[in-house]
Amino acid sequence: MAEDWQNGGFGLYIHWPFCEAKCPYCDFNSHVSRSIDQSRWREAYLSEIDRVAALTSDRILDSVFFGGGTPSLMDPDTVAAIIDRVQRRWRFANDIEITLEANPGSVEAGKFAAFRQGGVNRISMGVQAMNDRDLKRLGRIHTVAEARAAFDIARGEFDRVSFDLIYARQDQSLADWRTELTEALSMAIDHLSLYQLTIEEGTAFGDRYARGKLRGLPPDDIAADMYEATQEICDKAGMPAYEVSNHAKPGAESRHNLIYWRYGDYAGIGPGAHGRLTLDGQKQATEAWLNPAKWLEERDKGQPEKLRETLSGSDQAAEMLMMGLRINEGVDLGRFSSLGGTLNADSLDFLVEQGLLVVGNNRIIPTPSGRMILNTVLQKLLED
Amino acid sequence: MTNLAHIRNFSIVAHIDHGKSTLADRLIQETGTVQDRDMKEQLLDSMDIERERGITIKANTVRIDYKADDGETYVLNLIDTPGHVDFAYEVSRSMRAVEGSLLVVDSTQGVEAQTLANVYQAIDADHEIVPVLNKIDLPASDCDRVAEQIEDVIGIDASGAIQVSSKTGQGIHETLEAIVQHLPAPKGDRDAPLKAMLVDSWYDAYLGVIVLVRIMDGVLKKGMRVKFMSNNTLHHVDRIGVFRPAMQVIDELGPGEIGFLTASIKQVRDTRVGDTITNERNGTEKPLPGFKPAQPVVFCGLFPVDSAEFEDLRDAIDKLALNDASFSFEMETSAALGFGFRCGFLGLLHLEVIRDRIEREYDIELITTAPSVIYHVYMRDGEMIELHNPADMPDLSKVDHMEEPRIKATILVPDEYLGDVLKLCQDRRGIQMDLTYAGSRAMVVYDLPLNEVVFDFYDRLKSVTKGYASFDYQMTGYRQDNLVKMQILVNDEPVDALSVMVHRDRAEMRGRAMCEKLKELIPRHMFKIPIQAAIGGKVIARETLSALRKDVTAKCYGGDATRKRKLLDKQKAGKKKMRQFGKVDIPQEAFISALKMDS
Repeated sequence: MAEDWQNGGFGLYIHWPFCEAKCPYCDFNSHVSRSIDQSRWREAYLSEIDRVAALTSDRILDSVFFGGGTPSLMDPDTVAAIIDRVQRRWRFANDIEITLEANPGSVEAGKFAAFRQGGVNRISMGVQAMNDRDLKRLGRIHTVAEARAAFDIARGEFDRVSFDLIYARQDQSLADWRTELTEALSMAIDHLSLYQLTIEEGTAFGDRYARGKLRGLPPDDIAADMYEATQEICDKAGMPAYEVSNHAKPGAESRHNLIYWRYGDYAGIGPGAHGRLTLDGQKQATEAWLNPAKWLEERDKGQPEKLRETLSGSDQAAEMLMMGLRINEGVDLGRFSSLGGTLNADSLDFLVEQGLLVVGNNRIIPTPSGRMILNTVLQKLLED
Repeated sequence: MTNLAHIRNFSIVAHIDHGKSTLADRLIQETGTVQDRDMKEQLLDSMDIERERGITIKANTVRIDYKADDGETYVLNLIDTPGHVDFAYEVSRSMRAVEGSLLVVDSTQGVEAQTLANVYQAIDADHEIVPVLNKIDLPASDCDRVAEQIEDVIGIDASGAIQVSSKTGQGIHETLEAIVQHLPAPKGDRDAPLKAMLVDSWYDAYLGVIVLVRIMDGVLKKGMRVKFMSNNTLHHVDRIGVFRPAMQVIDELGPGEIGFLTASIKQVRDTRVGDTITNERNGTEKPLPGFKPAQPVVFCGLFPVDSAEFEDLRDAIDKLALNDASFSFEMETSAALGFGFRCGFLGLLHLEVIRDRIEREYDIELITTAPSVIYHVYMRDGEMIELHNPADMPDLSKVDHMEEPRIKATILVPDEYLGDVLKLCQDRRGIQMDLTYAGSRAMVVYDLPLNEVVFDFYDRLKSVTKGYASFDYQMTGYRQDNLVKMQILVNDEPVDALSVMVHRDRAEMRGRAMCEKLKELIPRHMFKIPIQAAIGGKVIARETLSALRKDVTAKCYGGDATRKRKLLDKQKAGKKKMRQFGKVDIPQEAFISALKMDS
């Protein structure tokens, strides 16, 4: 698979499904469990790595990403053992990125050195807000002071440290966000993820919202203003957006996430993890059992996939488009049409005319205003 | 054939939910007409919609043999009439086919407006009326109060009212005895020429049209040739029978009897309710009085959501019309909605029933446009045009004046909600005609324009009275008023399906309300959209729907690809439910929801 680099690369996602507490906005596959048998999980991950590697051993691995849940709750030995096994199974790219998501608490910070020694070379921290009142409302268990301390430890251990913030929070004004973002940029190194708070169904916030009990959310227009302010402030600070919600100094982009957006191949390991693997020339979508106990049980029986389907050319093309239009480089039309993707020509003309897309160099790229309404743009582009 | 003295024909008058169908079920059961194992709820209501809504749309009948306490066996014919105002004419014909009525009133609720309308029909038909107080098993039952109310409001003696629980069976035997003892036997001359009333008719795929008849004079026999007097059509009777309630074929029907005939009739249209059936030769001279052809009073457009389903819709409407002579339709083309049908109905319930049946039985999703009444447009040249559709409004310069239909509305409402009801009627251009009290309930009579009622009046009434008001109406005639056609422009283009006729004084208010509603109903687009209301070329209200600013999903990583793709597919399906008008997508529900008024 020497041509991986042309087709988005190849990465490994490892999902650790446990958290100390469930955040009210989070719809990820995370569970709060009092006793976690670290050694049993370690064995399960290692055998799953062996299974997936047998299918894809000829690949060059560009990235490993420990996500969750809260993977900083993992035993550093487990992380090290996983990285060691991965390295035995695949050839690493020279510049392989190995990221671990971390909760910015003091306990986690204490493990950073061990994570680095185990092979992790990038940390992504869920700071989320820069004041304690809002952290509490978001259900976070750390304080701003702890986050700053953890961040300082992280940057001492790692060259690459990113952190996340959530905006358009309850009772947050545009001015509040501008101040908060400026403060955050002063501590940032080279990468930031800035997410508009999304109320998802099936979360505590979603339930409260449905009952009309989630008050003080900024109206859509203010949220849009916040997004625009984010672009302006980050551009000035030399950290422009390279994706809808991700900002980096040039060259510091997350390699792992770029694999998703460039519609590369990735294997998903762990409960609920998704994968996209090209096997025998067919792109397969995989999805593992969500429930941790069920995943372990199925893993012990041989393999924990709940679902594996071969994606049709048009499904692949649609996925490539919706992922690719999120990033600045857009989508290669040659690759898109070789999958059998078709764009509605009238829609394309209309979107270009409205200043929402630009087409050039055989690529299709959203303009800043087109990216803001990407869901509508995609719908229009894929009209029959 | 049964001796006249041993026949009793009756109907049951009741408000919705007062237990008419359940009482009928118990009467049928008590007499052993139907084996217990064949019993199902609301035996006589054959359509799903009838069972679900607890209403009766077609007249149903059942013949019950009853051995009374006097040792004689009687034939009891129950006609279960439609209870709704939309079917007032059908009710009046059913009433003429029987000699008495059971007036069923829920003893926990009391008399309602609909009970009144139907009981007056029974009184008009010279019925002997037996009051029945139902649901006495419930703790809230108050028979004394309700009996008093029957005497006060309706003016009939309720001292002998039978107390019944259809649930426990208490009073069912007494009810059967009262039918035999208190209701008169029918009259009729067996030797006179045949004179039968066509009570109702419906289409059966195997037998053709089934005609429900009441024999007044003479005898109806299998093999006879008969004449339908309203249209002078001749038919060969190939089957005669009665309902028990399943069909049972018999040889003949004599005076006073109720049963059915089939005569290889293809269309319900040819069999008109209230018509007189007689012998082909030497028939009766004079038809029965009161025959009236069905007249639709409410019109609306029905369009398929998926325009590819137009032919399926045509098919469904054709089939439904086979079984419903009162429903009219013609093809309609709308710039906004494409091909569909302009349909006429007896009233709003009738409209809803037909619409539900198309959606349910034929699985076609529909866009229903605003209901309209028939306006009389008087042209300068003296001609009068009946306007069913605001889109057909002639050039104003040629119009002299317009008239609209008015109704007399009767509303019964608990005292505490009276103020809200008066305000609602006043807001809808009503003129108060009467206001009286019966206990703690007020009876208000209003003269109202039908076009203010056809849309959401009943919903509003229910909402301002928390469901405690009951409502009935009858058409009273036409009156001139200052009416105009209001157009709605979306993105500067008129949307014909949103045009409505309004009173000039209310146009600004309605226009503003519609523009505001549409602003909420139409999703934001990639560009801003002006929404305007206009009379002629003059804009009277305007709103602007601003352009969509942001909808992009904040987080989209490897695990989200599948979910996101499925969401896109779902949005694509959702878009099919929109109508594209110029560059604007209008959701289907907007065509009705835009008209709903909050006050």
